[in-house]
Amino acid sequence: MKTLSYFASRLSKAIIVVLGVVILNFLLIRMAPGDPASVMAGEAGASDPAYVEQLRREFGLDKPVYVQLGIYLKGITHLDLGFSYRERVPVLNLILDRLPATLLLMGCAFLFSVALGMLAGVIAARARYEGRRRWLDSTIMSGALLIYATPQFWLALLAVIFFSLTLGWLPPFGMETVASTLTGWARVGDIATHLVLPTISLGCFFMAIYARLTRASMLEVLGMDFIKTARAKGVPVQQIIRRHALRNALLPVITLAGIQLGQMAGGAVLTETVFGWPGIGRLMFDALTARDYQLLLGVFLVTSTMVVVFNLITDLIYRFVDPRIQGS
Amino acid sequence: MSSTSTNKPSALSRVKGPLLSAALAAMLAVAGTTGAQAQTHGGTLRAIVQPEPPLLMLGLNQQIPTQYVAGKIYESLLTWSPDLKPQPGLARAWHVSEDGKTYTFDLQQGVTWHDGKPFSADDVVFSIDKFLRAVHPRARVIINQFVESVTALAPDKVEIKLKSPFAPFLKSFVSDNMPIVPKHLYDGTDYLNNPNNQKPIGTGPFMFKSWSKGSVIELVRNPNYWQKGKPYLDGIVFSVIPDSASRAVAFERGDVDVLRSGDVDNVDIKRLKALPNVDYTTNGWEMFSQQAYVQMNQRKPPFDNVKVRQAVMYALNRKFIVDNIFFGLGKVSTGPISSKTPFYSADVTQYPYDIKKARALIKESGVDVSKTPVKILAYPYGAAWDRLGEYTRQALQQIGFNVDMEAADAGTWSKRVSDFDFDLTFSFTSQYGDPALGVSRLFLTRNIVKGSAFVNNVGYQNAEADALWDKGATATSDADRKQAYDQVQKILVDQVANGYLFEIENPSLYRAKVHNLVTTAIGLNDTFADVYIDK
Repeated sequence: MKTLSYFASRLSKAIIVVLGVVILNFLLIRMAPGDPASVMAGEAGASDPAYVEQLRREFGLDKPVYVQLGIYLKGITHLDLGFSYRERVPVLNLILDRLPATLLLMGCAFLFSVALGMLAGVIAARARYEGRRRWLDSTIMSGALLIYATPQFWLALLAVIFFSLTLGWLPPFGMETVASTLTGWARVGDIATHLVLPTISLGCFFMAIYARLTRASMLEVLGMDFIKTARAKGVPVQQIIRRHALRNALLPVITLAGIQLGQMAGGAVLTETVFGWPGIGRLMFDALTARDYQLLLGVFLVTSTMVVVFNLITDLIYRFVDPRIQGS
Repeated sequence: MSSTSTNKPSALSRVKGPLLSAALAAMLAVAGTTGAQAQTHGGTLRAIVQPEPPLLMLGLNQQIPTQYVAGKIYESLLTWSPDLKPQPGLARAWHVSEDGKTYTFDLQQGVTWHDGKPFSADDVVFSIDKFLRAVHPRARVIINQFVESVTALAPDKVEIKLKSPFAPFLKSFVSDNMPIVPKHLYDGTDYLNNPNNQKPIGTGPFMFKSWSKGSVIELVRNPNYWQKGKPYLDGIVFSVIPDSASRAVAFERGDVDVLRSGDVDNVDIKRLKALPNVDYTTNGWEMFSQQAYVQMNQRKPPFDNVKVRQAVMYALNRKFIVDNIFFGLGKVSTGPISSKTPFYSADVTQYPYDIKKARALIKESGVDVSKTPVKILAYPYGAAWDRLGEYTRQALQQIGFNVDMEAADAGTWSKRVSDFDFDLTFSFTSQYGDPALGVSRLFLTRNIVKGSAFVNNVGYQNAEADALWDKGATATSDADRKQAYDQVQKILVDQVANGYLFEIENPSLYRAKVHNLVTTAIGLNDTFADVYIDK
């Protein structure tokens, strides 16, 4: 019951945050010069001002900004995210079309970075703790530092040149083979090969952070008295690492996981651009350059909701992993 | 073009159409027996579309990528040969009256829309008189100004009467400017929100199949195309790849067959051109003949002074710009009209690179350019234009200017230029095969209107030039037109109404197994009815 009321209070706060984000974005976007009508006229190569005015009227841009905001907020309450001026389709359809691709990529990159990062961190910490294979520790840590310091897009381009162009192993763009007629498992396999490069380039940066964080917090825990006691009792190192140290070193990793998920929700633009991944990050970028207000707000609404939801989940997991944390 | 001379090609074309195709068929037969490659059916052409178009309804959206993809779905009455002569499209013959005011078109027979309904003169009347007049940003200007009536004389005959002669009128009948749209699906509906916009129905050789947003657009062969036996391809797929380096990789790997100009950065062209089995052409842009220019806002100092503008022309090394910033893909221009466009005249003042002369002109002008700071507004169409901005800054500093740069994205640029809120910026525009269609709009005094880019944004005013432009547009003899355009080019170049930089050359790269890709003046925007791939 306590958890439930905690959850309810967090949820109501979350809704206020999302609403604030939407209103703030609405006002910020309007401060950028240019509107969809002028961009569309520009793209058409020429047009008379009467035509641009006609577009503005049609888009409702001739109304005062607060009226437009009111209409938009009213729409949101019954899940109407408006209409994309450019593509002439409801915004919600466009977003739902693209969301699965982003979630898939994010999920894979997340699992990849957490799993590999923690594994590397644990191995490094253990090597250091046992004092025997120190070279392993320094190799892993230098590798992590290198990845950490390399810009993401650069890594992505290098991966494409090496794996796709030189070796020819992996496809360099898209989510599946163009115009393929694959179905069932064959299609899953096809998508999986397309996933490899974007996953690596999106996940590498956080993998490096997980490795460093896990190692540091493991070493901290391993230095504590209860570990010494356990060792003195003759508990095997394997068990100490897994049961005693890792479990206690997990909290900072969960914190970081929450941050990572939040960041990826909005930050996949680069990866999606380089790999031609048909996700929501790319949609947001296109909507921005075209000043497609409704679509842009829709994407912001969805991504900010995602961030808030991830935060909620992280908090709940905290309480689960460490019952000492209270919701007060 | 005058009415008398337009008569000639039109009268001829009645005979020429069938004759030409017969000759072509004969040539192909000969080629076949001599063992050369003949057209083969089958195969899918893989291309790139970038940026992703918002919509494929060509009447409603005319972005360049939309023209590229939807140009296979929709057709217009005519298409144009590389030397800018009209060729049959949905019209098999056409006739212009002596006074240049009545145009009659004989339409192809046996044409059907992709949904199986027959195409007729009613569709043409509806498209021009109602649909395009209401929604097409460029065509509506021409239609509203010149067209008096559009009438169907018979199911396969359309007559268009003009209010006054407009010499380049025929040139507006290309697919991106006057696509013919189906009356039975659009008449009486809300054009902009018609559900068919999502599933375009045209008369072209390829039909819309599917569009997964953000990844691929698929077109398939139209089995009932009115040109029997065509198209040769089974289909075309357009991949959406947002990053230009990735597009270059995709071509290099053989994942795509065609790179359109702009698909990859100019810096990659040389390398990709050198790949084995890759062909290259700069043809297919004759109708557009894009010109790049510097826009100097003439409303305020220092560019309100003609000597300052002339000094800028002498200070810019345009050969250097073409060779080093645009990788040699261009030709220094002499004036506002491209040398590939009719009525081009080279008999104008030349502005060779000459710093001394530039400095002298600044001195003569009496303007203290160091005290009137100038801002260069970035032109947001890729890295080369950024470099051009930086180069211009340096060139102007050399002659004493106090220059800054301002960044802008496409929305910002278009807003600020439309509002005349700039000192100096760049641009390029298409000429649409005739000065009256693609050039005069940048200089006419009546085209100084807030709220639209690609018009007279610099604020150039000259009544004499206006009169010459109007004479050029409405004169019915080529000789009269030429005289007007010769004069106007002299005036504009002397006064540097715009800073003419260079004629853009647009490279297309494609696998050598692909044939007939570029056959007309609109190049890759054409229907691809004749394109085939070696087996």
